Amino acid sequence: MSVSTQNLPPQFEVVDSPLDSQMTISMGPQHPSTHGVLRLELVLDGESVVKCTPDIGYLHTGMEKLFEYKKYQQGIVITDRMDYLNPLGNNLAYVMAVEKLLGLEIPERAQTIRVLMCELQRIASHMVWLGTHALDIGAMTVFFYCFREREKILNLIEAASGGRLTPSYFRIGGLMMDLPAGFERRLKQFTDNFPDAVDTFNTLLTGNTIFQKRTQNVGIISPEDAIDWGLTGPSLRGSGVALDIRRANPYTGYENYDFEIPVEGDCDVWSRYLVRMRELGESLKIVKQAAARLKPGSVKADAPKVVLPDREAMKTHMDALIHHFLIVAEGFDVPKGEVYHPIEASKGELGCYVKSDGGPKPARVHFRGPSFVNLSALPHMAEGEMVADVVAIIGSIDIVLGEIDR
Amino acid sequence: MSIISDIIDSTKAIIKGMSITLAQIPKEKWTVQYPDDPVTLQPRYRGQHLLHVDELGREKCVACFLCAAACPSDCIYIIADDDPRPEEERIGVDERYAKIYNIDYGRCIFCGYCVEACPKDAITHGYNFELSVYTRADLLKTKDDLLITKQKQSPNYRVAFSDEDVDSEYKEI
Repeated sequence: MSVSTQNLPPQFEVVDSPLDSQMTISMGPQHPSTHGVLRLELVLDGESVVKCTPDIGYLHTGMEKLFEYKKYQQGIVITDRMDYLNPLGNNLAYVMAVEKLLGLEIPERAQTIRVLMCELQRIASHMVWLGTHALDIGAMTVFFYCFREREKILNLIEAASGGRLTPSYFRIGGLMMDLPAGFERRLKQFTDNFPDAVDTFNTLLTGNTIFQKRTQNVGIISPEDAIDWGLTGPSLRGSGVALDIRRANPYTGYENYDFEIPVEGDCDVWSRYLVRMRELGESLKIVKQAAARLKPGSVKADAPKVVLPDREAMKTHMDALIHHFLIVAEGFDVPKGEVYHPIEASKGELGCYVKSDGGPKPARVHFRGPSFVNLSALPHMAEGEMVADVVAIIGSIDIVLGEIDR
Repeated sequence: MSIISDIIDSTKAIIKGMSITLAQIPKEKWTVQYPDDPVTLQPRYRGQHLLHVDELGREKCVACFLCAAACPSDCIYIIADDDPRPEEERIGVDERYAKIYNIDYGRCIFCGYCVEACPKDAITHGYNFELSVYTRADLLKTKDDLLITKQKQSPNYRVAFSDEDVDSEYKEI
């Protein structure tokens, strides 16, 4: 029984009366297992969740508006800060959307390196997911091993781009610079050792009865509901729908790589966990293939009005110097039009919409963040479950609040 | 019956997990004991900026404002001036030089765009990442803080320039 106050919208309904068995509690925004500043308003009946309302916006920084004040190339650094666990994926979505507007042709080597780096970043992102997900459920050790593996990937990304969390490695028309000397050797050291780490995770979690009991038959969402709610990425594939943008709508040459799309049909936290664990192996497969395909060549498109010239050419040739000054100081004009470019980020479909009205700055940039859409299905999954399972469900949809609030 | 089998299964899982954890003890540690041990940085690491000088000690910057134009966070502030003295006595390599060159590290996002933009290689990213200060005003670094001749390297980091250095940073576990 709830005592409702008159003339108030339903979300302000007072349900917290001593006569009532229901209780409203606020989970977050400082709750450690909400992976950021997410606040959940939970209505509990005993230990089971009656209603769950996510409350977002604590991390809102107005990024999409900020794009309108920055030149096209300056926007890349803003994308780093959206989904900070998958910055190279964000770079790729934005950069490819602008390249689509410009109609640029990207050289083979740049495309291969993009695939390579994005898949490394996907593994790093899944490592954070796995560590925190296990930590929420109560398995603390996995966290340390996951962050050790992530550290190796971050060292590789640091070696290539100079940044660890915010690499900004991709540029419109190619890459910031080529891979450093000795990168392939170090990459091989990583790819040789990573399967052992995955085995460790499998021993610690996949074969662990305690972990299975916490995750099986929890947070069920049927395939139809998952599609209706717009879930993408591993959360959707955990419900038995085999949709992957890399296969459905290939970009940067993903059609040339041999990999599987892991699908699990149990629709619960456990099957979403299994999908991501199997994705680690598939990403590693793509990394190895991409590393084998690296051939010497240019990493920048042949578009002198858009892409910064080589540093040597800029110091010796007057026309290159003029282009350099114009691109840096004035930016480059992008033809009028609007595009949407989706990529498969580590959390799902990350789409970038760019509208240009002809100048060096975009008229509108919008991102379709996978975390935002996946979070909207959380009430559907959490209602009727136990309150302790809510953290498991949040972990299983793998959200990053930087991307939700933007 | 199922409770007993649950207990047995859970105990097995815990023992299996503990065996992995305990097996880590004799292995080499990945953790760096910063600040007792130095952190290894990659050559391309983007730390605090360095303003470079040429072999005669003259500043390379010609105050072209490209770094300020490239900066996404508008953290570079420059005032240009002319130095009419003969070439040997000048502050900079050219007649035009930056009288004031400030970088606000409260705003800088270490993206590397200024370094990419500089046509004279006058500004690069150094490796210093220990930038915390007690007051916000101290985050504003002037030319005196940024010049390569005035900065001194902290013992808390080292840069992996050679192959052996790179390898030493990668430990087999």
